[in-house]
Amino acid sequence: MGTSTLLFNVTALIYLVASGFYMVAMLKKQPSMGRFGRWALLVGIVVHATSFGVRHSTVGGTPVTSLHESLAFFAWCLVLLFLLLDLRFRFSAMGAFTAPLAFVLMVASALSPDIVVPLNPVLQSWLFPVHIAFAFLGNAAFALSFGAGVMYLIQNRMLKSKRFTGIYQLLPSLDLLDKVNYICLSVGFPLMTLGLISGAFWANSAWGTYWSWDPKEAWALLTWFLYAALLHGRLTIGWRGRRAALFSIIAFMFLLFTFLGVSLLLGGYHTFEAFAIL
Amino acid sequence: MNIVIVGLSHKTAPVEIREKVAFSPTAMDVPLQQLLQFPAVAEAVIVSTCNRVELYAVSRQPEAAIVEMKQFLADFHQLELEKLEEHLYDFSGSGAIKHVLRVAASLDSMMIGEPQILGQIKTAYGYACEYNAVGLILNRFLHKTFSVAKRVRNETAIASNAVSVSFAAVELARKIFDSLDNKTVMLVGAGEMCELAAKHFVNNGVSKVLVTNRTFSRAEKLAEEFNGTAVSFDNFQEQLHRVDIILSSTGAPDYVLGAKKLKEVCKERRYKPMFLIDIAVPRDIDPAANKLDGIYLYDVDDLQGVVQANVKERQKEAAKAELIIAEEVEKFQDWLATLQVKPTIVALRQQLDQVRQAEVEKTLANLTDLGAKERKAIESMSSAIINKILHHPTKVLKQANSGDEGSLYLDAVRALFDLPDHEQTSNDADK
Repeated sequence: MGTSTLLFNVTALIYLVASGFYMVAMLKKQPSMGRFGRWALLVGIVVHATSFGVRHSTVGGTPVTSLHESLAFFAWCLVLLFLLLDLRFRFSAMGAFTAPLAFVLMVASALSPDIVVPLNPVLQSWLFPVHIAFAFLGNAAFALSFGAGVMYLIQNRMLKSKRFTGIYQLLPSLDLLDKVNYICLSVGFPLMTLGLISGAFWANSAWGTYWSWDPKEAWALLTWFLYAALLHGRLTIGWRGRRAALFSIIAFMFLLFTFLGVSLLLGGYHTFEAFAIL
Repeated sequence: MNIVIVGLSHKTAPVEIREKVAFSPTAMDVPLQQLLQFPAVAEAVIVSTCNRVELYAVSRQPEAAIVEMKQFLADFHQLELEKLEEHLYDFSGSGAIKHVLRVAASLDSMMIGEPQILGQIKTAYGYACEYNAVGLILNRFLHKTFSVAKRVRNETAIASNAVSVSFAAVELARKIFDSLDNKTVMLVGAGEMCELAAKHFVNNGVSKVLVTNRTFSRAEKLAEEFNGTAVSFDNFQEQLHRVDIILSSTGAPDYVLGAKKLKEVCKERRYKPMFLIDIAVPRDIDPAANKLDGIYLYDVDDLQGVVQANVKERQKEAAKAELIIAEEVEKFQDWLATLQVKPTIVALRQQLDQVRQAEVEKTLANLTDLGAKERKAIESMSSAIINKILHHPTKVLKQANSGDEGSLYLDAVRALFDLPDHEQTSNDADK
């Protein structure tokens, strides 16, 4: 356990350093600092992945069963997708969103009890990691789309009101923000879909039923319909810009509730403790 | 050695004066040669732009050089010195260094941060090099100046925001559209400012230009200029769905473009953003259009507001630039100071070494039975004594020279050790 905790702490520290670089890049208007932030995040996910690897070998299973593990894994997915996005767009403003968020997730993870929840033998299946990976990557993509949506609304507001604050210079063009919002949506949606499908198959292999209207399933389906509507609106009706940004923000609120709220408040077999009890 | 400046700029002289003292860039050799004829002037550069004329020189006697340079400026342009003098400023020493750094970094420009001045000083330096008017000090100084100007540009945002209405429009467009390539601009009416803005848009990647005007022939003429298409004024609204940026400046008393029509256009464009620039007074486009999703409408006052905010931003950045310059002035002063003290130190060392060598030779001539090893030991011991003795005075000279009493110490050392005259040795050191 020691090694993985050490690596975990180092990862959190690296995410903090990356946040610092991005903040300097944005606030001091030194774009070159963004490069350091990018490198820091790259080192961060490698260390982070190693910590998962170590934990996997000590726990002897997919280390994403407790809240502690889930938050950390979500941070990792977020940084991974951001780096992929950054390859194409060199999007420092998004780095200034992602890096601190990843750091906060790591802190939240550290604060929640670091327990190893042994997976119920019934649930032992290769579908578990698959389901987790798709669902979390999908969530991370939607988080980035949410970030781009918020930035779009801020930039749009400034361009409309003609009152520009410091952040105006730091944000990219509306076109780019809209594009990123769309790309993240179109990456997140299939991932989420695959997450739902793999989850259903997993449920079937464990309990012999694909769908049992557990609260998390219900909320996830609702969220899925919201994102499906947004994607449809974008592709066929020509939604874009402010409307699409607003919609992606609202949908993300639902997603957030599905991800955290349901597990913590509503119960059902997606609660973190439930893995063991079942 | 001192850097000396005499000059005038838009801040001290009206254009009627500036145009009289301007130097022709095609004939710089004559004034440069004349300037170097003056006894107090050692090196010279002449900077002449539409906003300033400045003479940079290196001199041992700054006061005399300033008088000579002023006289030269008046004589060369056949003006009366008394009339010219009230517009002239002069600097020497660190004041001169600071002035040139500020000018090159565009802090003294009419529009702070404008990029041309650095190029103009580089050109002026180029002429001076060509006619062998610069030496060790101005060479070093101007290269330093160029790197400081670059540093200011890189480390502050002094030149980052547009300060003209037409550039501000292009910058705004870049915050709406990711790239201006493949975008279409439509000019409605043909005002001068619109034409200028359209030129900036084309230079920044806009590929298609449509022009409409009440007088169709005028539209055709302008369209030809931009390699674009003329559209008749009666049905230009039919084309709007193809247009990303509108530049409007008709003389019409009422709105040429209503919000209702634009709403339809938005829908037709599937809410792709549109950037509307209305430079006309009275306005051409219904201001209510700004409320529509995807429409960004800017009138003259809006653009002016953006420009003013940018100017303020530049002034803020200028304060940062001043700090950089203060730092660099000090660095260059230090270099100049060591340059000044070097000949004296070299002369002092030579003097003592001659004495040492003579005395060592005399002694060794008497001690014939010494081996090579012992001879060497005596040699190095005598050198060590000289070094030890000189160590402290050298340090004091170097330190004192950056203060005001520097020359006092130098003169004292020269008198005490009977060193050759200042002028002569320092010229030797320069070579």
